[in-house]
Amino acid sequence: MTPRELMAMQSGLALCRHCELLSRLPATHGKNYCPRCGHEISFRRNNVIQRTWALIIAAAICYIPANILPVMTSITLTSAEEDTIIDGVILLYLTGSWPLALIVLIASVVIPMAKLFALAYLLITVQRRSIKSNRERAKLYRLVELIGRWSMLDVFVISFVVALVQMKPLMAAEPKSGIVFFAAVVVLTIFAAQSFDPRLIWDSADSMENRNE
Amino acid sequence: MPESPVACPDCDLLQHIPVLPPQGKALCCRCGKLLATNKPGANERALALAIGAAIVFVVANAFPLMGLSAAGREVDTTIIGGAWTMWQEGHQFTGALVGLCAVVAPAGYIGIVIVVLIAARRHRPAPSWVGELLHWAELAQGWAMAEVMMLGILVALIKIADLATVIIGVGMFATGAFIALFAAMAINFDPDEIWTQVQWTGGGARMTVNSTQTIDYQEAKK
Ligand SMILES: [Zn+2]
Ligand SMILES: [Zn+2]
Repeated sequence: MTPRELMAMQSGLALCRHCELLSRLPATHGKNYCPRCGHEISFRRNNVIQRTWALIIAAAICYIPANILPVMTSITLTSAEEDTIIDGVILLYLTGSWPLALIVLIASVVIPMAKLFALAYLLITVQRRSIKSNRERAKLYRLVELIGRWSMLDVFVISFVVALVQMKPLMAAEPKSGIVFFAAVVVLTIFAAQSFDPRLIWDSADSMENRNE
Repeated sequence: MPESPVACPDCDLLQHIPVLPPQGKALCCRCGKLLATNKPGANERALALAIGAAIVFVVANAFPLMGLSAAGREVDTTIIGGAWTMWQEGHQFTGALVGLCAVVAPAGYIGIVIVVLIAARRHRPAPSWVGELLHWAELAQGWAMAEVMMLGILVALIKIADLATVIIGVGMFATGAFIALFAAMAINFDPDEIWTQVQWTGGGARMTVNSTQTIDYQEAKK
């Protein structure tokens, strides 16, 4: 391979996470700071894998009550109805707007779950030092970062329904505890995606290449 | 003119960025990450768009998004009203999250972009607090979710439409315009260009990469 592929870390260079300046780190241990922006720099952050796992597991735990518990109560003169996230999707479907029902289903149920599986897959392959389909895994990570924000959709939906339907005693809508867990899933999965370092995908391939030389 | 190499933030590969033609962009030759763009005048456009977005944002927040009328009564809500009702109903965490994503983060991002761009125009080199603000801008951008909120409002409207008559307010149109301006600003804003003008704080690591290294780097794809 000419010219040969060279990693910043192998050359003793570290990229600042804040300003993307490349600096040469001294071989000695201890903290180093970016000469341009003053933030701490290192080759790789410590405990990336453990921290990302912890966030994923916390999100997975919250995902269960987020889907089981009701997220909203609709109160009318004669009735009070508690809805979970899925009930909300079904209700949208029944009122005749299946495209919207599908969008909410994807944003609220599929995306958080897919994010958790995708990040778990990335972590497991990194821990197994996989060198296969690196480019695809890099793309998967970028996709996770791109679509993750859309899982906030139902939090907005419920907030605005609750803010508008305030005509007691005629009708009212109140948030229920499920929405807290759902919001927690959104926040935790966003933190988990940010915590992962996509460079880890490539690190095993690079150390392999060095060994073969 | 061999410039210093750059490392891909997503895969750590060292590469040289070739001289880019106007509107050109360089992708990482290993993982495909966008490494550099050359958009002449992008930050001037970003400043104009940011000021426009700031004005529209004020309108979007000052007027009701939508109202509901049933049995002779009317209720309406603003953007922050969604977050505030959640807070009042005892859901402080959810209310704070909605407030962050709908109001605080978008406003923070626009405000910082305006301050940074004006400061970088006036001072050369730009003071080091500009660098600190750029860091906050990146954080704020990740949590600014006006477009997700807009879709959420539309779904909420469909859900409510059966119950009562829905009235669309000025705030809704302003929010639509805001999303367009915000997206255009975010595409044009180029923090890398500002970083090259920021005064170095000069702490810790002393040596940075220079072009005298005798290593062949690959060229990033154009
Ligand atoms: Zn830095
Ligand atoms: Zn790359």
